[in-house]
Amino acid sequence: MFFTIIGICIGSVLFALLGYLIGGFVEGCDRRISARMQGRVGPKIRQPFWDISKLFKKEKASTNPSENTYITCALVLLVISGGVFFAGSNLLLSIILSTLSTLFFIMAAYSSRSPFSTAGGAREILQVLSYEPMEYFMAIIFYIVIGSFNVITVSLQPQPLIVYGWPVFIGMLFIQLVKLRKSPFDLSTSHAAHQELLQGTLTEMSGPALAKAKLMHWYETVLMLGWTAMFFLDARPESWIVAVVAAIVAWFLDIWIDNNFARVKWQSMISWCWGITLCTSIVNFIFVSLL
Amino acid sequence: MSKPSKSPWVIHYDASSCNGCDIEVLSALTPGFDLERFGVINTGDPKHADVFLVTGGVNTQNISVIQQIYDQMLEPKVVIACGACACSGGVFHSCYNLIGGVDKAIPVDVYVPGCAVHPTQLIDGFIKGLEILDKKAALMSSKKKNKQISQSSGVQAIPSPEAAEHKENSLNQETPVQKEETKRGA
Repeated sequence: MFFTIIGICIGSVLFALLGYLIGGFVEGCDRRISARMQGRVGPKIRQPFWDISKLFKKEKASTNPSENTYITCALVLLVISGGVFFAGSNLLLSIILSTLSTLFFIMAAYSSRSPFSTAGGAREILQVLSYEPMEYFMAIIFYIVIGSFNVITVSLQPQPLIVYGWPVFIGMLFIQLVKLRKSPFDLSTSHAAHQELLQGTLTEMSGPALAKAKLMHWYETVLMLGWTAMFFLDARPESWIVAVVAAIVAWFLDIWIDNNFARVKWQSMISWCWGITLCTSIVNFIFVSLL
Repeated sequence: MSKPSKSPWVIHYDASSCNGCDIEVLSALTPGFDLERFGVINTGDPKHADVFLVTGGVNTQNISVIQQIYDQMLEPKVVIACGACACSGGVFHSCYNLIGGVDKAIPVDVYVPGCAVHPTQLIDGFIKGLEILDKKAALMSSKKKNKQISQSSGVQAIPSPEAAEHKENSLNQETPVQKEETKRGA
Protein backbone atom coordinates (compact mmCIF):
# COMPACT_ATOMS: atom_id res chain seq x y z
CA MET A 1 0.00 0.00 0.00
CA PHE A 2 2.77 2.39 1.03
CA PHE A 3 4.78 1.65 -2.10
CA THR A 4 1.66 2.09 -4.24
CA ILE A 5 1.13 5.60 -2.87
CA ILE A 6 4.82 6.46 -3.35
CA GLY A 7 4.58 5.09 -6.90
CA ILE A 8 1.50 7.22 -7.64
CA CYS A 9 3.25 10.33 -6.23
CA ILE A 10 6.33 9.78 -8.41
CA GLY A 11 4.07 8.96 -11.38
CA SER A 12 2.09 12.18 -10.88
CA VAL A 13 5.22 14.34 -10.72
CA LEU A 14 6.66 12.68 -13.82
CA PHE A 15 3.32 12.97 -15.62
CA ALA A 16 3.11 16.66 -14.70
CA LEU A 17 6.51 17.26 -16.34
CA LEU A 18 6.49 14.84 -19.28
CA GLY A 19 2.76 15.33 -19.91
CA TYR A 20 3.40 19.06 -20.24
CA LEU A 21 6.17 18.54 -22.81
CA ILE A 22 4.45 15.75 -24.77
CA GLY A 23 1.02 17.42 -24.55
CA GLY A 24 2.39 20.73 -25.86
CA PHE A 25 4.26 18.98 -28.64
CA VAL A 26 1.15 16.99 -29.60
CA GLU A 27 -0.95 20.19 -29.58
CA GLY A 28 1.63 21.97 -31.75
CA CYS A 29 1.65 19.09 -34.24
CA ASP A 30 -2.16 19.04 -34.16
CA ARG A 31 -2.36 22.72 -35.13
CA ARG A 32 0.24 22.33 -37.85
CA ILE A 33 -1.32 19.20 -39.37
CA SER A 34 -4.79 20.82 -39.18
CA ALA A 35 -3.41 23.88 -40.97
CA ARG A 36 -1.90 21.69 -43.72
CA MET A 37 -5.23 19.90 -44.12
CA GLN A 38 -6.87 23.32 -44.60
CA GLY A 39 -4.26 24.44 -47.15
CA ARG A 40 -2.43 26.75 -44.74
CA VAL A 41 1.15 26.78 -43.49
CA GLY A 42 0.26 26.77 -39.82
CA PRO A 43 2.12 27.96 -36.72
CA LYS A 44 5.40 26.62 -35.38
CA ILE A 45 5.39 23.46 -33.26
CA ARG A 46 6.44 25.54 -30.21
CA GLN A 47 3.43 27.84 -30.60
CA PRO A 48 1.29 26.25 -27.81
CA PHE A 49 4.12 26.80 -25.29
CA TRP A 50 4.29 30.48 -26.27
CA ASP A 51 0.51 30.74 -25.87
CA ILE A 52 0.60 29.26 -22.36
CA SER A 53 3.52 31.47 -21.33
CA LYS A 54 1.68 34.56 -22.59
CA LEU A 55 -1.57 33.63 -20.84
CA PHE A 56 0.20 33.22 -17.49
CA LYS A 57 1.62 36.73 -17.87
CA LYS A 58 -1.73 38.40 -18.64
CA GLU A 59 -3.57 40.54 -16.12
CA LYS A 60 -5.60 38.47 -13.64
CA ALA A 61 -9.35 38.95 -13.67
CA SER A 62 -12.37 36.75 -13.12
CA THR A 63 -16.06 37.30 -12.51
CA ASN A 64 -15.91 34.90 -9.55
CA PRO A 65 -12.72 34.38 -7.49
CA SER A 66 -13.61 30.70 -6.91
CA GLU A 67 -13.18 30.02 -10.66
CA ASN A 68 -9.41 29.84 -10.25
CA THR A 69 -9.72 27.39 -7.33
CA TYR A 70 -11.99 25.10 -9.33
CA ILE A 71 -9.78 25.10 -12.39
CA THR A 72 -6.65 24.46 -10.27
CA CYS A 73 -8.40 21.51 -8.58
CA ALA A 74 -9.39 20.18 -12.00
CA LEU A 75 -5.81 20.40 -13.24
CA VAL A 76 -4.31 18.77 -10.11
CA LEU A 77 -6.86 15.92 -10.15
CA LEU A 78 -6.16 15.27 -13.81
CA VAL A 79 -2.42 15.15 -13.15
CA ILE A 80 -3.00 12.65 -10.31
CA SER A 81 -5.27 10.63 -12.61
CA GLY A 82 -2.50 10.51 -15.21
CA GLY A 83 0.00 9.67 -12.45
CA VAL A 84 -2.16 6.73 -11.30
CA PHE A 85 -2.41 5.42 -14.87
CA PHE A 86 1.21 5.86 -15.94
CA ALA A 87 2.53 4.51 -12.63
CA GLY A 88 0.74 1.28 -13.64
CA SER A 89 -1.77 1.48 -10.80
CA ASN A 90 -5.55 1.11 -10.75
CA LEU A 91 -7.30 1.85 -14.07
CA LEU A 92 -10.68 2.38 -12.44
CA LEU A 93 -9.23 4.98 -10.05
CA SER A 94 -7.68 6.78 -13.00
CA ILE A 95 -11.05 6.92 -14.80
CA ILE A 96 -12.88 8.16 -11.70
CA LEU A 97 -10.26 10.84 -10.99
CA SER A 98 -10.37 12.13 -14.56
CA THR A 99 -14.17 12.38 -14.33
CA LEU A 100 -13.88 14.25 -11.03
CA SER A 101 -11.46 16.62 -12.73
CA THR A 102 -14.01 17.27 -15.48
CA LEU A 103 -16.65 17.97 -12.83
CA PHE A 104 -14.42 20.65 -11.31
CA PHE A 105 -13.97 22.09 -14.79
CA ILE A 106 -17.77 22.26 -15.16
CA MET A 107 -17.99 23.97 -11.76
CA ALA A 108 -15.46 26.55 -12.97
CA ALA A 109 -17.63 27.17 -16.04
CA TYR A 110 -20.80 27.50 -13.95
CA SER A 111 -19.18 29.77 -11.35
CA SER A 112 -19.07 32.77 -13.69
CA ARG A 113 -22.87 32.79 -14.16
CA SER A 114 -22.41 33.93 -17.72
CA PRO A 115 -25.04 32.53 -20.12
CA PHE A 116 -22.34 31.41 -22.57
CA SER A 117 -20.22 29.51 -20.10
CA THR A 118 -23.30 28.11 -18.30
CA ALA A 119 -24.56 26.68 -21.59
CA GLY A 120 -21.02 25.42 -22.23
CA GLY A 121 -21.03 23.75 -18.80
CA ALA A 122 -24.38 22.09 -19.54
CA ARG A 123 -23.00 20.78 -22.81
CA GLU A 124 -19.87 19.54 -21.04
CA ILE A 125 -22.16 17.50 -18.74
CA LEU A 126 -23.79 16.00 -21.84
CA GLN A 127 -20.34 15.09 -23.13
CA VAL A 128 -19.46 13.42 -19.83
CA LEU A 129 -22.78 11.56 -20.05
CA SER A 130 -21.84 10.39 -23.56
CA TYR A 131 -18.36 9.05 -22.91
CA GLU A 132 -18.55 7.86 -19.32
CA PRO A 133 -20.38 4.48 -19.85
CA MET A 134 -17.79 3.42 -22.44
CA GLU A 135 -14.90 4.10 -20.05
CA TYR A 136 -16.46 1.92 -17.36
CA PHE A 137 -17.21 -0.88 -19.83
CA MET A 138 -13.58 -0.69 -20.91
CA ALA A 139 -12.52 -1.09 -17.26
CA ILE A 140 -14.87 -4.10 -16.85
CA ILE A 141 -13.56 -5.82 -20.00
CA PHE A 142 -10.03 -5.03 -18.82
CA TYR A 143 -10.78 -6.82 -15.54
CA ILE A 144 -12.41 -9.84 -17.23
CA VAL A 145 -9.51 -10.31 -19.66
CA ILE A 146 -6.55 -9.44 -17.43
CA GLY A 147 -7.98 -10.45 -14.05
CA SER A 148 -6.97 -7.24 -12.31
CA PHE A 149 -7.57 -3.49 -12.48
CA ASN A 150 -3.85 -2.76 -12.27
CA VAL A 151 -2.50 -1.32 -15.51
CA ILE A 152 0.97 -2.76 -14.88
CA THR A 153 -0.40 -6.32 -15.35
CA VAL A 154 -0.90 -5.77 -19.11
CA SER A 155 2.88 -5.73 -19.52
CA LEU A 156 3.04 -9.26 -18.05
CA GLN A 157 0.47 -10.81 -20.41
CA PRO A 158 1.51 -13.07 -23.32
CA GLN A 159 -1.03 -11.37 -25.59
CA PRO A 160 -2.06 -7.71 -25.81
CA LEU A 161 -5.50 -6.59 -24.59
CA ILE A 162 -6.58 -5.80 -28.16
CA VAL A 163 -6.84 -9.55 -28.96
CA TYR A 164 -9.76 -9.99 -26.56
CA GLY A 165 -10.88 -6.38 -26.26
CA TRP A 166 -10.99 -5.18 -29.88
CA PRO A 167 -14.73 -4.27 -29.83
CA VAL A 168 -14.20 -2.11 -26.75
CA PHE A 169 -11.15 -0.57 -28.42
CA ILE A 170 -13.32 0.55 -31.36
CA GLY A 171 -15.74 2.09 -28.86
CA MET A 172 -12.87 3.86 -27.10
CA LEU A 173 -11.63 5.31 -30.40
CA PHE A 174 -15.07 6.83 -30.91
CA ILE A 175 -15.31 8.12 -27.33
CA GLN A 176 -11.87 9.70 -27.69
CA LEU A 177 -13.38 12.27 -30.08
CA VAL A 178 -15.87 13.38 -27.42
CA LYS A 179 -13.33 13.35 -24.60
CA LEU A 180 -10.82 15.42 -26.59
CA ARG A 181 -13.60 17.74 -27.85
CA LYS A 182 -12.86 17.12 -31.53
CA SER A 183 -15.08 18.52 -34.23
CA PRO A 184 -18.25 16.48 -34.58
CA PHE A 185 -18.53 16.57 -30.79
CA ASP A 186 -16.87 19.87 -29.79
CA LEU A 187 -20.09 21.09 -28.22
CA SER A 188 -18.77 22.61 -25.02
CA THR A 189 -15.73 24.47 -26.38
CA SER A 190 -14.48 25.38 -29.79
CA HIS A 191 -11.18 26.53 -31.24
CA ALA A 192 -12.99 28.50 -33.90
CA ALA A 193 -14.70 31.82 -33.27
CA HIS A 194 -17.79 31.04 -35.33
CA GLN A 195 -19.32 29.04 -32.50
CA GLU A 196 -22.79 30.09 -31.38
CA LEU A 197 -21.65 29.85 -27.76
CA LEU A 198 -18.44 31.85 -28.27
CA GLN A 199 -15.96 29.47 -26.58
CA GLY A 200 -18.49 27.73 -24.34
CA THR A 201 -16.94 26.74 -21.03
CA LEU A 202 -13.84 28.84 -21.75
CA THR A 203 -15.74 32.08 -22.49
CA GLU A 204 -15.30 33.71 -19.08
CA MET A 205 -11.85 32.28 -18.38
CA SER A 206 -8.93 34.55 -19.05
CA GLY A 207 -5.20 34.82 -18.42
CA PRO A 208 -3.85 32.19 -15.97
CA ALA A 209 -7.24 30.41 -15.60
CA LEU A 210 -7.44 29.94 -19.36
CA ALA A 211 -3.84 28.74 -19.39
CA LYS A 212 -4.75 26.08 -16.80
CA ALA A 213 -7.75 25.03 -18.90
CA LYS A 214 -5.47 24.70 -21.94
CA LEU A 215 -2.95 22.69 -19.88
CA MET A 216 -5.80 20.42 -18.80
CA HIS A 217 -6.53 19.71 -22.43
CA TRP A 218 -2.88 18.75 -23.05
CA TYR A 219 -2.85 16.34 -20.11
CA GLU A 220 -6.22 14.90 -21.20
CA THR A 221 -4.81 14.26 -24.67
CA VAL A 222 -1.76 12.43 -23.28
CA LEU A 223 -3.95 10.39 -20.90
CA MET A 224 -6.36 9.40 -23.69
CA LEU A 225 -3.48 8.40 -25.96
CA GLY A 226 -2.10 6.39 -23.02
CA TRP A 227 -5.42 4.53 -22.73
CA THR A 228 -5.27 3.79 -26.48
CA ALA A 229 -1.66 2.58 -26.26
CA MET A 230 -2.51 0.32 -23.30
CA PHE A 231 -4.49 -2.01 -25.61
CA PHE A 232 -1.31 -2.95 -27.52
CA LEU A 233 1.05 -3.65 -24.63
CA ASP A 234 2.18 -7.14 -23.64
CA ALA A 235 5.24 -8.92 -22.18
CA ARG A 236 7.35 -8.46 -25.34
CA PRO A 237 9.49 -5.27 -25.33
CA GLU A 238 8.74 -4.52 -29.03
CA SER A 239 5.05 -4.13 -28.13
CA TRP A 240 5.93 -0.70 -26.67
CA ILE A 241 6.79 0.53 -30.17
CA VAL A 242 3.54 -0.94 -31.53
CA ALA A 243 1.63 0.81 -28.71
CA VAL A 244 3.18 4.22 -29.48
CA VAL A 245 2.52 3.82 -33.22
CA ALA A 246 -1.09 2.82 -32.49
CA ALA A 247 -1.57 5.91 -30.31
CA ILE A 248 -0.16 8.14 -33.07
CA VAL A 249 -2.42 6.55 -35.71
CA ALA A 250 -5.47 6.98 -33.46
CA TRP A 251 -4.54 10.61 -32.83
CA PHE A 252 -4.06 11.28 -36.57
CA LEU A 253 -7.49 9.77 -37.21
CA ASP A 254 -8.93 12.20 -34.64
CA ILE A 255 -7.39 15.20 -36.42
CA TRP A 256 -8.64 13.97 -39.77
CA ILE A 257 -12.18 13.57 -38.43
CA ASP A 258 -11.92 16.94 -36.65
CA ASN A 259 -11.15 18.69 -39.94
CA ASN A 260 -13.67 16.86 -42.11
CA PHE A 261 -16.88 16.64 -40.14
CA ALA A 262 -19.31 19.34 -39.05
CA ARG A 263 -20.53 19.69 -35.47
CA VAL A 264 -23.57 17.58 -34.53
CA LYS A 265 -26.41 18.33 -32.12
CA TRP A 266 -26.18 16.98 -28.58
CA GLN A 267 -29.04 14.54 -29.21
CA SER A 268 -27.06 12.90 -32.03
CA MET A 269 -23.93 12.85 -29.88
CA ILE A 270 -25.61 10.99 -27.03
CA SER A 271 -27.47 8.54 -29.28
CA TRP A 272 -24.34 7.72 -31.32
CA CYS A 273 -22.10 7.38 -28.28
CA TRP A 274 -24.54 5.25 -26.31
CA GLY A 275 -25.39 3.17 -29.39
CA ILE A 276 -21.75 2.41 -30.08
CA THR A 277 -21.07 1.82 -26.38
CA LEU A 278 -23.92 -0.68 -26.17
CA CYS A 279 -23.02 -2.52 -29.40
CA THR A 280 -19.27 -2.79 -28.77
CA SER A 281 -19.69 -3.76 -25.11
CA ILE A 282 -22.27 -6.48 -25.80
CA VAL A 283 -20.18 -7.88 -28.67
CA ASN A 284 -17.14 -7.86 -26.40
CA PHE A 285 -18.95 -9.60 -23.53
CA ILE A 286 -20.19 -12.34 -25.91
CA PHE A 287 -16.73 -12.62 -27.50
CA VAL A 288 -15.00 -12.97 -24.14
CA SER A 289 -17.54 -15.48 -22.80
CA LEU A 290 -17.27 -17.66 -25.94
CA LEU A 291 -13.47 -17.93 -25.74
CA MET B 1 10.23 33.36 -21.36
CA SER B 2 8.64 34.42 -24.60
CA LYS B 3 7.16 37.77 -25.47
CA PRO B 4 3.40 38.29 -25.86
CA SER B 5 3.97 39.19 -29.51
CA LYS B 6 4.69 35.49 -30.11
CA SER B 7 1.01 34.68 -29.69
CA PRO B 8 -1.22 37.68 -30.40
CA TRP B 9 -4.86 36.66 -30.26
CA VAL B 10 -7.21 38.94 -32.12
CA ILE B 11 -10.75 40.12 -31.66
CA HIS B 12 -12.20 41.72 -34.77
CA TYR B 13 -15.07 44.18 -34.49
CA ASP B 14 -16.82 45.79 -37.44
CA ALA B 15 -18.07 49.21 -36.31
CA SER B 16 -19.82 50.89 -39.25
CA SER B 17 -18.16 50.22 -42.55
CA CYS B 18 -18.92 48.96 -46.04
CA ASN B 19 -17.49 45.51 -45.04
CA GLY B 20 -14.63 45.91 -47.53
CA CYS B 21 -12.05 45.96 -44.74
CA ASP B 22 -13.71 43.01 -42.99
CA ILE B 23 -13.28 40.89 -46.08
CA GLU B 24 -9.61 41.89 -46.20
CA VAL B 25 -9.20 41.04 -42.49
CA LEU B 26 -10.68 37.60 -43.15
CA SER B 27 -8.42 37.26 -46.17
CA ALA B 28 -5.42 37.92 -43.95
CA LEU B 29 -6.52 35.18 -41.54
CA THR B 30 -7.43 32.52 -44.12
CA PRO B 31 -5.11 30.42 -46.39
CA GLY B 32 -4.03 33.21 -48.75
CA PHE B 33 -2.01 35.12 -46.16
CA ASP B 34 -2.42 32.78 -43.16
CA LEU B 35 -1.66 35.00 -40.17
CA GLU B 36 -1.87 31.91 -37.93
CA ARG B 37 1.67 30.96 -38.92
CA PHE B 38 2.71 33.86 -36.66
CA GLY B 39 0.48 32.56 -33.87
CA VAL B 40 -2.41 34.92 -34.60
CA ILE B 41 -5.77 33.42 -33.63
CA ASN B 42 -9.13 35.05 -34.29
CA THR B 43 -10.84 34.56 -30.93
CA GLY B 44 -14.18 36.38 -30.89
CA ASP B 45 -13.88 36.63 -27.11
CA PRO B 46 -12.55 39.93 -25.67
CA LYS B 47 -11.27 38.19 -22.52
CA HIS B 48 -8.92 36.00 -24.58
CA ALA B 49 -7.74 38.69 -26.99
CA ASP B 50 -4.57 40.80 -26.99
CA VAL B 51 -5.22 42.78 -30.15
CA PHE B 52 -8.42 44.70 -30.87
CA LEU B 53 -8.89 45.03 -34.61
CA VAL B 54 -11.55 47.62 -35.48
CA THR B 55 -12.83 48.32 -38.97
CA GLY B 56 -15.20 51.15 -39.79
CA GLY B 57 -16.00 54.41 -38.04
CA VAL B 58 -17.68 54.96 -34.70
CA ASN B 59 -21.33 55.97 -34.64
CA THR B 60 -23.68 56.93 -31.81
CA GLN B 61 -25.03 53.39 -31.50
CA ASN B 62 -21.84 51.37 -31.40
CA ILE B 63 -19.56 53.66 -29.35
CA SER B 64 -20.64 51.95 -26.12
CA VAL B 65 -20.07 48.50 -27.67
CA ILE B 66 -16.52 49.41 -28.70
CA GLN B 67 -15.77 50.81 -25.26
CA GLN B 68 -17.20 47.73 -23.57
CA ILE B 69 -15.12 45.34 -25.68
CA TYR B 70 -12.03 47.44 -24.93
CA ASP B 71 -12.76 47.40 -21.18
CA GLN B 72 -13.28 43.64 -21.17
CA MET B 73 -9.87 43.04 -22.72
CA LEU B 74 -7.07 42.44 -20.23
CA GLU B 75 -3.71 44.18 -20.15
CA PRO B 76 -1.43 44.20 -22.11
CA LYS B 77 -3.61 45.07 -25.11
CA VAL B 78 -3.27 46.91 -28.40
CA VAL B 79 -5.85 48.59 -30.61
CA ILE B 80 -5.41 48.61 -34.38
CA ALA B 81 -7.67 50.82 -36.50
CA CYS B 82 -8.00 49.19 -39.94
CA GLY B 83 -8.88 51.27 -42.97
CA ALA B 84 -9.75 54.87 -43.69
CA CYS B 85 -13.09 54.77 -41.84
CA ALA B 86 -11.54 53.44 -38.63
CA CYS B 87 -8.74 56.03 -38.86
CA SER B 88 -10.82 59.14 -39.50
CA GLY B 89 -14.35 58.28 -40.57
CA GLY B 90 -13.37 57.88 -44.23
CA VAL B 91 -16.04 58.47 -46.84
CA PHE B 92 -18.68 58.55 -44.10
CA HIS B 93 -16.92 61.34 -42.15
CA SER B 94 -19.67 63.96 -42.42
CA CYS B 95 -22.63 61.65 -41.96
CA TYR B 96 -25.13 62.84 -39.36
CA ASN B 97 -24.77 59.72 -37.21
CA LEU B 98 -21.00 59.26 -37.39
CA ILE B 99 -18.80 60.44 -34.53
CA GLY B 100 -15.52 59.80 -36.36
CA GLY B 101 -12.59 57.39 -36.21
CA VAL B 102 -12.09 54.74 -33.56
CA ASP B 103 -9.89 57.13 -31.56
CA LYS B 104 -13.06 59.03 -30.61
CA ALA B 105 -14.07 56.01 -28.51
CA ILE B 106 -10.87 54.33 -27.29
CA PRO B 107 -7.11 55.00 -27.43
CA VAL B 108 -5.72 53.66 -30.72
CA ASP B 109 -2.14 52.39 -31.02
CA VAL B 110 -1.78 51.76 -34.75
CA TYR B 111 -3.57 53.36 -37.70
CA VAL B 112 -3.61 51.28 -40.88
CA PRO B 113 -4.71 53.38 -43.87
CA GLY B 114 -6.37 52.12 -47.04
CA CYS B 115 -9.82 51.85 -48.56
CA ALA B 116 -10.12 48.94 -48.33
CA VAL B 117 -7.01 48.02 -46.36
CA HIS B 118 -4.81 45.47 -48.17
CA PRO B 119 -3.88 42.30 -46.22
CA THR B 120 -0.16 43.06 -46.61
CA GLN B 121 -0.74 46.54 -45.15
CA LEU B 122 -2.69 44.90 -42.35
CA ILE B 123 0.21 42.53 -41.62
CA ASP B 124 2.53 45.56 -41.61
CA GLY B 125 0.23 47.28 -39.10
CA PHE B 126 0.20 44.12 -37.06
CA ILE B 127 3.97 44.08 -36.79
CA LYS B 128 3.91 47.70 -35.58
CA GLY B 129 1.17 46.80 -33.09
CA LEU B 130 3.12 43.84 -31.74
CA GLU B 131 6.13 46.05 -30.99
CA ILE B 132 3.83 48.24 -28.88
CA LEU B 133 2.34 45.13 -27.25
CA ASP B 134 5.80 43.98 -26.17
CA LYS B 135 6.60 47.44 -24.79
CA LYS B 136 3.35 47.49 -22.81
CA ALA B 137 4.05 43.99 -21.46
CA ALA B 138 7.57 45.03 -20.40
CA LEU B 139 6.13 48.13 -18.72
CA MET B 140 3.54 46.01 -16.96
CA SER B 141 6.11 43.55 -15.60
CA SER B 142 8.42 46.35 -14.43
CA LYS B 143 5.49 48.02 -12.70
CA LYS B 144 4.64 44.70 -11.08
CA LYS B 145 8.17 44.43 -9.80
CA ASN B 146 7.96 47.91 -8.29
CA LYS B 147 4.61 46.98 -6.77
CA GLN B 148 3.11 50.11 -8.22
CA ILE B 149 0.14 48.19 -9.55
CA SER B 150 -2.37 47.91 -6.76
CA GLN B 151 -3.40 44.29 -6.38
CA SER B 152 -6.96 43.96 -7.58
CA SER B 153 -9.14 41.73 -5.38
CA GLY B 154 -9.77 39.57 -8.42
CA VAL B 155 -13.37 40.68 -8.83
CA GLN B 156 -13.13 42.76 -11.96
CA ALA B 157 -10.56 44.06 -14.39
CA ILE B 158 -9.70 47.66 -13.70
CA PRO B 159 -9.83 49.67 -16.91
CA SER B 160 -6.59 51.51 -17.58
CA PRO B 161 -6.60 55.19 -16.49
CA GLU B 162 -5.77 56.11 -20.08
CA ALA B 163 -8.99 54.47 -21.25
CA ALA B 164 -11.12 55.96 -18.48
CA GLU B 165 -9.88 59.45 -19.32
CA HIS B 166 -10.58 58.87 -23.00
CA LYS B 167 -14.07 57.65 -22.21
CA GLU B 168 -14.83 60.79 -20.23
CA ASN B 169 -13.59 63.01 -23.04
CA SER B 170 -15.65 61.22 -25.63
CA LEU B 171 -18.75 61.36 -23.45
CA ASN B 172 -18.30 65.10 -22.90
CA GLN B 173 -18.04 65.68 -26.62
CA GLU B 174 -21.36 66.44 -28.20
CA THR B 175 -22.36 64.12 -31.01
CA PRO B 176 -23.44 65.77 -34.28
CA VAL B 177 -27.05 64.82 -33.54
CA GLN B 178 -26.91 66.45 -30.12
CA LYS B 179 -25.29 69.55 -31.62
CA GLU B 180 -28.14 69.89 -34.11
CA GLU B 181 -30.67 69.49 -31.35
CA THR B 182 -29.03 72.18 -29.24
CA LYS B 183 -28.98 74.49 -32.27
CA ARG B 184 -32.67 73.89 -32.85
CA GLY B 185 -33.38 74.50 -29.20
CA ALA B 186 -31.51 77.79 -29.37
